[in-house]
Order: sequence, then C-alpha cells, then structure tokens
Amino acid sequence: MFDLQIQKRAIPSIFEEISLWDILIIGGGPAGLNAALYAQRKGFKVAIISKEIGGQLHNTSTVDNYLGIPMTEGKHLSETFLKHLETLQVPLYLDVRVQSIKKIKSHFSVELDNGVGLTSKTVLFATGGQPRQLGIPGELEFANKGVSYCTTCDAPFFKDKHVIVAGGGNSAAEAVIDLAVWAKKITVVHRSQWRADQIILKQLSKLKQVTIHLETQLLRAEGDQTLKRVVVLDKKTNKQSIIEADGLFIQIGLLANSTLVKDLVALTPQGEVIVNQDFMTNVPGLFAAGDVTHHPFKQIVIAVGDGAKAALAIQQYLLHHS
Amino acid sequence: MEKFFTDDIRKQITEILQQMVRPITIKLFVDEKGCQSCPETKQLLTEFKDTNPKIKLEVLDKNQHADQAKKYGISLIPSFVMLNDLGEYKGVKFNGIPAGHEINSFISALIEMSGFPLKIPQVALDRIAKVNKPVQIKVFVTLSCPHCPGAVQTAHRLAMLNPNIQAEMIEANTFPGISQQYNVSGVPKIIINEKYELLGNQPLDAFLTEIEKSLRA
Repeated sequence: MFDLQIQKRAIPSIFEEISLWDILIIGGGPAGLNAALYAQRKGFKVAIISKEIGGQLHNTSTVDNYLGIPMTEGKHLSETFLKHLETLQVPLYLDVRVQSIKKIKSHFSVELDNGVGLTSKTVLFATGGQPRQLGIPGELEFANKGVSYCTTCDAPFFKDKHVIVAGGGNSAAEAVIDLAVWAKKITVVHRSQWRADQIILKQLSKLKQVTIHLETQLLRAEGDQTLKRVVVLDKKTNKQSIIEADGLFIQIGLLANSTLVKDLVALTPQGEVIVNQDFMTNVPGLFAAGDVTHHPFKQIVIAVGDGAKAALAIQQYLLHHS
Repeated sequence: MEKFFTDDIRKQITEILQQMVRPITIKLFVDEKGCQSCPETKQLLTEFKDTNPKIKLEVLDKNQHADQAKKYGISLIPSFVMLNDLGEYKGVKFNGIPAGHEINSFISALIEMSGFPLKIPQVALDRIAKVNKPVQIKVFVTLSCPHCPGAVQTAHRLAMLNPNIQAEMIEANTFPGISQQYNVSGVPKIIINEKYELLGNQPLDAFLTEIEKSLRA
C-alpha cells in the first residue's frame, strides 16, 4: 500500500561538523550503498549524497537473480540495503543533487544544489544510468504520449490496449511480463536476437497475447495527439511495414549518468566513465563504480560487487595519499 | 475499513512528522453520495492526523460546502488542500489518494507547509520571486511511479514560495477523464498553464525555465 522512502529530513549535523571527508559517494544505488557499507566498516569518514536511495532498483518490478534473495521486488531490495546501512549509521545527505565536482589541489570540492559545499579526499561517482533512447523520429514527440521508458510507472495506462516493447534483453522481457497484466496485446520488436535469460523467456513464452518480431528494426513512431503506429523494417526481407499500437515501451539498455563529470574525466564515446582495475578514473582520487562505468553487464549484483571493490581500492589509495 | 498503517509504518511516520514546526489544516472534499476512493482517502488522512497533533483535518462534502469548494478551486473529488497555521491557502492541492509512492510527496508537503525551512539556493529563490502572473502547475502521477513524488514535491514547493503559483497532484487512474484530456500515458507529466509540458522528475531549474517561458508567452 505504501512505499515509504522519506528519511528524516533534517540534515544530519555531521555534515556541518566534518570539514574534510575521506570518501564522498555520489549516488544511492546498489554500487554507492555497498561502497558506503565497506568504507564505514573500515572506519572512514564516508557519506552518501543522493537524490534518492535505490536508484534504478525502483524501475524494476521483480528481481530474481540476486543470490540469497529469490523472487523479490526492486524496491524491497532497496529497502533491505538501506536498513543494513542504517545499522551502521552511514551519514546520508538525501533529496539533493550535486551541482559540481571540482578538484582543488589534492582535495575535491562538491557543491550541492541547496548551496552547501563539502570537501573530501576522494569521491566515488556511482550515479548509475537511465533508460537509453532509440533515437528514431517521433520518439521524443510522443514521449509520455504513448512512448514510455518506465513499465512500472506507466503500464496501467495501457489497459486493454496494444503495446510494443522495443528491446531484447532482460529488462525488455520483464517489461513484457509486467505489461501482460494490463495490455490486450503485446508486440516485441528487436533488431537482433534475444539476449534475455532463458528462465524469463520461458515465462514469456506462456503469454498468449505476445507476438515477437526479431531481426526487426524500428524506423519511426507516428501518430497525432498520441502515438498511433510504428514503422518497422524486417531485416531478413528488407521490407517495411506498419504496426498499429497505442504504446511503445523502450527497453534497450542504459545511458550512463555522467554529465556531471564529462569535463573532468575520460569517458567512452557512449559517455561511460572509464576506470582502471582499481575503479579510479584518470583523475587521481576520483573513483567510479556501477552502471556509470564502462564495465559491461549492468546488473544489480555486479554494481554491488563494484561498490565493494571500489571502497577497498579507495582504502589503498588513502593509505598512500593521506 | 481495516487500518492502512501497520504498527511499523505508523511508528516511522510518527517519527518523521516530529519535524513538523507549526500546525497545518487539511481540507478534504468528498462526495457524501459516494465517490471512488473517497472513503480510503478520508481514512488515510485520518490515520495521518492521529500521528501528530499538529495536523488538523476537516472533511467537507463538496455540495454542502460548495462555497469552500469554489474558493479552493475544487473540480475533482476526492481532493484536498493544505493550509498553513494562519489558515492561508498556498496553492498546495492533491487530487486523489496519495498512497503508494505518492505518500512521500504528501509527507514532504506536511512537513514543509508546517514551516520546515526549505534549502533552496538564492539564485532559484530570486527567479521564483519574479513570477508575477498566475501559474497553474498540474502534475499527473500513478501510485506505482517512483519518480513522481519528486516532481510533485518540486511543484508544491514552488507554490509555497510564491502566491502566484498553484500546484496540484492528479492521480491519473482515479481521474481518467482529465488524464485523457491532457493525453497522459506516461508519468510524471507536468503541465504548466495548460500548455507547457515537462516529462519526468525534473529539477527545480527545469520547472522555472518552463514557467518563465509561459510568462513570456
């Protein structure tokens, strides 16, 4: 019935007491949370700064590939993580966005959008990703008018309607399963072959209302006030056709949330933060972990593991640089 | 009706609401003849009221109190407005039940309307102060949308900071008519002065940019 996420809003006084942090973690998703857990246990002055806790866990309805916690919900996993952190009393600065990160001599200056400035010896950038756009004509025009990137948010609008799901990974397959509760008909359009886990595809194959077009490319979205149809290209026959539909859910992977550091660190052409094996960027003392990095396979368990590794690498760094 | 709050939730909410500074009043408009989610909304607000003596709740039938419904621009039912300790309406309105994820924007509004200091940079405050014409912000949400409370919270903050700005949450599934009218098929969808649209949980700056556009038009 309720998804309480609100924390005590008064900013913990610790943020006024500590003038120099060891580690400031930017981002409250799985990578940032686990890094905080490890760093706090090591005894560092560590804090998390984030708009919210959980990150992309909130975009996921079911999670069934996190070892030890079978068949759970993304938001439940997020609450479980947070409860664990609370037992260690990690300082959280929530409901703020970071405005800028600057390196000044050997320290980092982190400015928040409420005017507060913090200083730290190191920064862990763990801001995750957001849904990637297809980049086809009509996509932006019909965003929130039929085109959606969040199944848990928008599925109810497509009750008894026909929706298209673009993508072939786990998130696309899960979107189909989530939508099946509402939509009358679901058409999957994917430019290559399925990449999703067999176990999810098996579940999907039991759904009667699903049609699948693999090796098919979406060319454009069309409509008037709202989305009405998409034009696709069958790559095997090289023929274009029209699919009439009320909705288009785009689940084709992630775009790294790296805007904040784009002028500070090296990025891949796709905008992912490049890190070395110690999770450090090309700026000494600035680390990154989780989905924002160039590491392949964007998974919760991998982000969690990255967070731990980054915290341990930061420990080594601080030993040699303090 | 069974209680919504479990002991654990009640405890958490009670603790969070300790941050309320001054009393506030909620005026909930219902239709005594019956309406979808009126009883649930009434019960939810009552359970909230019981967690903190600073929350006053008035439940009003829209027909019997048509004058008040008109005063606060109530067009959907259930709908409620929040008044500060002086009984002033700052333009903070919720249409539909703030359950699910939306409980978070409701709790924020309770705390901030009670006088909890907002930390907003001076640059943004200056821009907000310059809004000198009426601005109406509608934020369409669903209860399963994790990004929606942030958008509602920002809209309500703007309303609290400038008497020319009014902001309302609209739960899209409770009000399919108005949702269709505004072509809502994705949330959060933010509509400023009926014309300017924002998608997603945008930062305060993005709201202000659209508001400024609407003022120039």
